[in-house]
Amino acid sequence: MNLSEFIRLAWESISGNKMRSLLTMLGIIIGVASVIIMIGISAGTEAAIEEQITGLGSNLVFVTRNFSRGGPAAFRQGGGLVYEDASAIADNVNGVVAVIVEQPSTETVKAGNVVLDGVAIRGSTADFPSVRDIEIDNGRYFTEREVDRTQKVAVLGSSLAQELFGEATPIGQTVTVDNIKLTVIGVFEERGLVSGTDFDAQLYTPITVVFQKFTPSQFARFRGDRVRAIIVEVEGPDVLDSTIQQIELLLARRHDVTLDAADFSVTTQQDIIQTQEATTAAFRSLLAWVAGVSLIVGGIGIMNIMLVTVTERTREIGIRQAIGAAPDDIRWQFLTEAVVLSLAGGAIGVLVGVGGSMLFGALSDMRTVVVTSSIILAFTSAAVVGIFFGFYPANRASQLDPIEALRHE
Amino acid sequence: MAVIEIIDLSRIYGKGEISVRALDGVNLSIERGEFVAVMGPSGSGKSTLMNIVGCLDRPTEGRYILDSVEVSEMSRAQLATIRNEQIGFIFQSYNLFNKATALKNVMAPMLYDRSRKRSNEEKEARAREVLISVGLEDRMEHEPTELSGGQQQRVAIARALVNDPAIILADEPTGNLDSRSGEEIMELMHELHQGGRTIVMVTHDASIAEHTERTIFLRDGRIERITKGGTVQETKEVASESV
Ligand SMILES: Nc1ncnc2c1ncn2[C@@H]1O[C@H](COP(=O)(O)OP(=O)(O)OP(=O)(O)O)[C@@H](O)[C@H]1O
Ligand SMILES: [Mg+2]
Repeated sequence: MNLSEFIRLAWESISGNKMRSLLTMLGIIIGVASVIIMIGISAGTEAAIEEQITGLGSNLVFVTRNFSRGGPAAFRQGGGLVYEDASAIADNVNGVVAVIVEQPSTETVKAGNVVLDGVAIRGSTADFPSVRDIEIDNGRYFTEREVDRTQKVAVLGSSLAQELFGEATPIGQTVTVDNIKLTVIGVFEERGLVSGTDFDAQLYTPITVVFQKFTPSQFARFRGDRVRAIIVEVEGPDVLDSTIQQIELLLARRHDVTLDAADFSVTTQQDIIQTQEATTAAFRSLLAWVAGVSLIVGGIGIMNIMLVTVTERTREIGIRQAIGAAPDDIRWQFLTEAVVLSLAGGAIGVLVGVGGSMLFGALSDMRTVVVTSSIILAFTSAAVVGIFFGFYPANRASQLDPIEALRHE
Repeated sequence: MAVIEIIDLSRIYGKGEISVRALDGVNLSIERGEFVAVMGPSGSGKSTLMNIVGCLDRPTEGRYILDSVEVSEMSRAQLATIRNEQIGFIFQSYNLFNKATALKNVMAPMLYDRSRKRSNEEKEARAREVLISVGLEDRMEHEPTELSGGQQQRVAIARALVNDPAIILADEPTGNLDSRSGEEIMELMHELHQGGRTIVMVTHDASIAEHTERTIFLRDGRIERITKGGTVQETKEVASESV
């Protein structure tokens, strides 16, 4: 007997018992569909994260304060990064294109009758738009001079401008931030979410304004103004390493700490991407396990039904043996049936999985990507599951004694 | 030359105290082209003998030589090949596939035919030819549930013939049939015999046995006597066993 005949026999038996076949396949269908959907979700998440990180701007080095480390010297100085560190980096490190400092705060913002609570305020410096890769739509950004002079000006994110002023033009208007009046000089273009931050809903003002007006701690101004992050744009990837080294040495000297016990840390986009990738990889392997388990459960369902089928069809097996079917013929017949069942389940599962991924992506704010390799993976696993779990019942069928099988009712 | 040669053959079911000697030291040889009936009371071992001759079962002791080949030591796969190519088995209860048409039923043995390479068309043509020869030309597309008992048994006979076996074994082929259908089946068996086939048939009906060349009487797993053309034929077995 050849394979096509086995497949035909299997198909006759499966289609002759549609409801049961469908129920048998259900486990595989769910298993395969969940593999595809889960891989689709994690791939979608990964793609979204990567897009966000590259959206941060190119060739950036992030210097952040590090509280857990830092020796006595850091403690004496108040610890962490200070505003002056930024200008020191700009003046002393080679390969630096721009340095910006960012200091966030959260305040109530008023404009006319509109009052918004909890608006994110981002104190920054003049190079912010170029480093952060964000364009002014209307008006202008503030200059270095305005930063130095603590000018009370503000630039609005696009959605914040919309909320405060509606269709009216905000340029030249006044917004009140925690009783401080700021003049709006510009509005940003829409930028969207970057690394989970909504740039469009923020208010941008010179960092000096944030230090003076919105930082309550007097201690913070004891020696220089402490900042959370300094963002350095370097010339290109090839100078990245040397720039990082220079920054580390410079800051270690300024902070009077050793590199091992630094009160700051220097990271690149690459580091962030790697961390994110490690997280999503862990997430993905977890999902793969869950999906794998459901495939195994599906396989057990197939084995169960195949055992029932073999018992039910004992008489048929006896007849086949009587007319000349060898043990191998019987084994192949039932194995083919199990595999065809699994593959049919796999095929339906692929359809459900692809459809489910698309539906999920459309209905939720999570992104999903249908990965071709996940379809192949799911389909092959279905086949493997069919062979693995179909073998025992098939083998049992092949070992039946012809006389006893024929006597079976 | 004997096509079936059975020497000191025993078949014991079970082990120890509950064991049953269904066949007990049977010696028998059947010539090519012979028509032999097997008779005996219920439980005397007729079916057991047929199953061993038909390679569905293996003897516990003794030898069985089919067409000069020792089959008692063969593997299950080898026995399957012999069943497929050399033996056509006809059962009392027809044993057809209920969900397949008469044509598909008759084609089934050709699925397991490893020596002849036939295309699907050739297989179908062969099945039709055999079905026509048993008088079922207008019932080929019917399933067994749509056929009478006699028709079903004719499908089974067609299936037994389709691979052109040397030996036809029939275990009470008319047992489930009314007398008219039974006669038709017997007529068919006679035709097959005329066509040169070796036939061994179990029957309870003495009048049927009369039409055969030899009748073997079994009792308690032993050959009690063998009659030829209605007269007792003294074999060496009968001489020694029935004292
Ligand atoms: N699988 C088995 N296990 C144990 N004993 C068996 C088995 N098959 C048959 N026997 C016994 O072997 C003996 C012969 O059985 P067999 O079926 O050959 O009789 P038979 O001559 O065909 O009878 P019948 O005319 O009723 O069909 C009987 O005593 C039966 O009980
Ligand atoms: Mg019997």
